[in-house]
Amino acid sequence: MRFLKALVSPRGAVFLLLVILLVAVMVLNPNFAEPGQIMRYIQRVAPVAIVAIGQYFVIIAGEFDLSQGSLITAQVIVAGNLVGQDDSRTVPVLALMIVLGLFVGLVNGLLTTLLKVPSFIVTLGMMLALLGLVLWWTGGAATGNPTDSFRQIGRGGIRDLPVIDFLPWSVLILAVWLALGIWITKRPLGKLLIAIGDNARATRYSGARDWWVTTRAFMISSLSATVSAVLLVGYAGVHPSVGRGYEFVAITAVVLGGVVLGGGRGWIVAAVAGAFVLEALFLLLNIAGVPSSLRDAVQGVIIIAAVAYSGLVFRSRRRGGTQTPPSPGKEPDAPDGAEESSATPALAGEGAAHNNRS
Amino acid sequence: MKRLRVDSTVIVLGILLLVIAIGAILVATVGRSFFSPGNIRDILTGMSVLGLVAIGQTLVILGASLDLSVTYVISLASLIAATTMNGNAANIPWAVTLTLLVCALIGLVNGLIVTVLKVNGFIATLGVGLILQGVLNTNFQGSAGSVPWAFQLIGATGLGPVPVSTIIMIALAAVVWFLLDRTRTGAHLFAVGGDPEVARLSGVRTRPPLIAAHVLCSIFAGLAGLLLASRLGVGSPTVGQQGGYALLSIAAVVLGGTLLLGGRGSVWGTIGGVAIFAVVDNVMSVMQVNPFLKDVVRGVVIVAAVAVYSRRAIVRRRTRFGPGGTRTGGDAEAEAAAPAMVAASHALEAEADRVEGDAATQGGAR
Repeated sequence: MRFLKALVSPRGAVFLLLVILLVAVMVLNPNFAEPGQIMRYIQRVAPVAIVAIGQYFVIIAGEFDLSQGSLITAQVIVAGNLVGQDDSRTVPVLALMIVLGLFVGLVNGLLTTLLKVPSFIVTLGMMLALLGLVLWWTGGAATGNPTDSFRQIGRGGIRDLPVIDFLPWSVLILAVWLALGIWITKRPLGKLLIAIGDNARATRYSGARDWWVTTRAFMISSLSATVSAVLLVGYAGVHPSVGRGYEFVAITAVVLGGVVLGGGRGWIVAAVAGAFVLEALFLLLNIAGVPSSLRDAVQGVIIIAAVAYSGLVFRSRRRGGTQTPPSPGKEPDAPDGAEESSATPALAGEGAAHNNRS
Repeated sequence: MKRLRVDSTVIVLGILLLVIAIGAILVATVGRSFFSPGNIRDILTGMSVLGLVAIGQTLVILGASLDLSVTYVISLASLIAATTMNGNAANIPWAVTLTLLVCALIGLVNGLIVTVLKVNGFIATLGVGLILQGVLNTNFQGSAGSVPWAFQLIGATGLGPVPVSTIIMIALAAVVWFLLDRTRTGAHLFAVGGDPEVARLSGVRTRPPLIAAHVLCSIFAGLAGLLLASRLGVGSPTVGQQGGYALLSIAAVVLGGTLLLGGRGSVWGTIGGVAIFAVVDNVMSVMQVNPFLKDVVRGVVIVAAVAVYSRRAIVRRRTRFGPGGTRTGGDAEAEAAAPAMVAASHALEAEADRVEGDAATQGGAR
């Protein structure tokens, strides 16, 4: 019973939706229930889910990262051009991509926190600038096909396993990335990010270096986009359209997972589940034979409905929860000279009114 | 004592003048004249479409929402107009009416999803955008319809160096300014955008202003679509996406000093922001900058221009009481009222003590 209740709650709504979608897919296509198929499904989700993990950290801090999609495109093209057919370059180029990703995140974060430019604008500018720079560098056409050893990261895996037969690297990377993400949410960094998203000023007054905390969230986001780009090089190849629109997909996934835009509330696992829901939705529309031209429309309807549903459930639960009055006697002791301060009497009056009602 | 307040609109105008000055110098270095009538016409023409979209976007952002669906509304509007006109000048009034009605309906849906279902504007309009994309994909394979010559003239003619489309845009901006500054709906929109809870507690119905903002935003996007149809001569299902109008219009609005969080901003600032974009684009075209580098410059300009004033503009709040603030009485009145207020607060305090004591004894009895 409690489990059912949790499923209908906003935290669980995304999991309920995921189960419904996956069951629907399995009914329409029984083959999907095979472990190997499920592995391939997770492999397909991995790039989106990893980007969503990065976006999660930015969104709980109350910011946006619109530059993820462009960064993925940029990284894919960097990999395509620099690795070439030379196996020995794989590791240095990977290192370069990570440095580039961290640098982009650092710039995003510092512009947002130190120059006080809204992150929507910073990352929008970064999105335009990154894509423009990379396309200018390559002359508009993505050339080069990285060597197989590089592409194995995204398409290869461990073969001949007992039950699942094939364990793609990307599934492993997703698992590791999610574990790292959960670890960060337990660390002070994760707690501070939620605190900043909830009330940035209070967090600053309590002594947090908010600029550095938020900047690190942007660096995590850009690093996630980089990892996703490495997977996509193997999975989708090198093309200037790889990664396009990923920032919106990631934001949608995160919001589907019940994370509140504006920050301060959300669970990383639910955000990843949001990515799984989106991919399951595409899969279902594909299997159900919905004409490709209508897929966008169905997707739009379901996104709005899902977010509206989780919002409605959340509000009704809150309405039920506000009945507990503040317990008397918990008010902080009035500081000396409270009589002179004009705010205190009003506050005391309000507190007394609450007590009265109870 | 009246102090000149440097608000964000003034800063935007300053940035605009700076950009024009730099642009004029750069254009002069390649031996062209920035202020030639032809060039000014190009800049003003470049302003009109984005200007229309951005005016609508300003309304929505003032209400603390966003509209990402404008790109698709633009495409849809251009298609509806072009196919309904179908080359016949007699159909123009009906086509324009139908287009704007459809757009208003889309805006109404946006507004209802945001206010009634309480879906965040970002997600709501992203979803509606996807739905419109689906509609466009299923119904139109490519450019369709044709626009009669009489309607194409709107996009092509001008009074001297000023194109008619820009005049329409500025006139509509003035209408929106009137709506925002002189009507109740406008004042309520500011209130709802600033803090919906406070607005509600002050007796403002929070839904109608935001719904109106969304409807107007979609209508303005529809007007932009009509203008594009008049310029292209056909309706195109991708014309909105190619322009990237959703994000660019948001950037222009923020560039114009409107807070993304809602509640503060002005439509003239937005026009200034659009003008900055138009001038930068024009200078780059004249100097024949690589098209990919143009995007880089645009990105840098957006961030840099917002950075110039956001530091002070966001921190800065209109002082409620004191010079330059809004208040009902004068200083003398406030000073005269002070003793009475202190007395009242003491009375309240005594009352509170008494009530608290009662509560404590009651608690003890329980």
